[in-house]
Amino acid sequence: MAQHKVNYTQDGGLPIALTSVDKIVNWGRSNSLWAMTYGLACCGIEMMAAGASRYDFDRFGTIFRASPRQSDVMIVAGTLTKKHSEFIKRLYDQMTEPRWVISMGSCANTGGMFNTYATVQGVDRIIPVDLYLPGCAPRPETLQYGVMLLQKKIRANKAGNAQKAKRLM
Amino acid sequence: MRAYKPKDNVQAKAYYTDRFYVAPQVPKSAVETDEVFASDLEAIKAKFEVKDAYIQVEQMVIYINAHDIYGVLELMRDELQYTQLSEMSAIDWLAKDNTFEIFYQMLSMTKRKRIRVKYFIENGQAVDSVEKLFRSADWSEREMFDMFGIEANNHPFMKRILMPYDWQGNPLLKTYPLEGDEFAAWYEVDKIYGKEARDIIGPELRDTARVDRYDSERFSRLGFEVPKGTKITGDEEPHVESYQEESGVFMVTKLDKESSKVIDDPQR
Ligand code: SF4
Repeated sequence: MAQHKVNYTQDGGLPIALTSVDKIVNWGRSNSLWAMTYGLACCGIEMMAAGASRYDFDRFGTIFRASPRQSDVMIVAGTLTKKHSEFIKRLYDQMTEPRWVISMGSCANTGGMFNTYATVQGVDRIIPVDLYLPGCAPRPETLQYGVMLLQKKIRANKAGNAQKAKRLM
Repeated sequence: MRAYKPKDNVQAKAYYTDRFYVAPQVPKSAVETDEVFASDLEAIKAKFEVKDAYIQVEQMVIYINAHDIYGVLELMRDELQYTQLSEMSAIDWLAKDNTFEIFYQMLSMTKRKRIRVKYFIENGQAVDSVEKLFRSADWSEREMFDMFGIEANNHPFMKRILMPYDWQGNPLLKTYPLEGDEFAAWYEVDKIYGKEARDIIGPELRDTARVDRYDSERFSRLGFEVPKGTKITGDEEPHVESYQEESGVFMVTKLDKESSKVIDDPQR
């Protein structure tokens, strides 16, 4: 006869608090954000600088991958042209869930200074965006800050909820 | 030249004006003033009809007939040492007299001279490809086709080069709006999601002068972020965004700002 009775029916029948599972899963997710290299224009240079030794994103577990299938976060850095728009959708669809998108720079946010026929006026017309970084181009510190905010956002979610598929429509 | 207009409120008119509608002309001089050009022109005139020729900014410009272009460029390449076609494209004169002006910029490295060969075609007329003479004409002619809709006969691969293959419209025509026509505005939505998605995604926001009162909520200053939908009063407390929540993060040591070393000497 146990001295302290464990109520096994509480919390969906698990003898541990659900939050700690959340924490472990979210800890893993937020600290190994493998980023998909998506340098489309000048912002891509800042993104590369962020990955190189001076800013060194590897310290935070943000390791750039060249394949959508291995990456968690797509950093859209630069001007998205209409010709390229179908490929960003295809690459986004190839990323495994849970997945996040950072829109880096004015061009990816709104089309920026390219108010022309050939530029998509904001990457959020194609794929759902989690974080918009203002700037032309944002400095690597801003991207660092953005990744930090994204990590916070991931940690604020329930691990199960984060897997819910995000669709633009 | 254009008539003078007062420029007191040019800032208020952010968009296009006809400032360069009639391009100013630099002075022209006769071909005889330059020996090299004069002998080149003689050689071309011996075989082809030259409608006009002059020197402008130390370059000779000649006007020929559209059907002579292959022969003229072949002659210039093989006998007159103009071995490079540095550029070619078209100029849209449709509004003036429904023609295109096609130009070929030739360079001779041995003579150190440049000649611009020009001719006019009607709207809808095709030109003769010079891709067999100069490989650089391959992409230039494709670009001309893409941007103006002028086809080049005998080109091996007459397709669009800059815009996607399924694009409609020729963007460098003067009648083409800079911000795109209806097809361009919905191109990516129609292609990826289909026409029925237009209502959901909505039209493009293209007014650069648009002031959205909610911009300060969506793009806030660093350190002044508020949750979405919060009323901005302007006297928010700044908060330092830290790498971690107050409660700490599982298995990650929290940075202590007090005990960390700040390097403020930029010359370190
Ligand atoms: S936002 Fe500025 S820096 Fe970034 S891609 Fe656009 S023009 Fe280049």
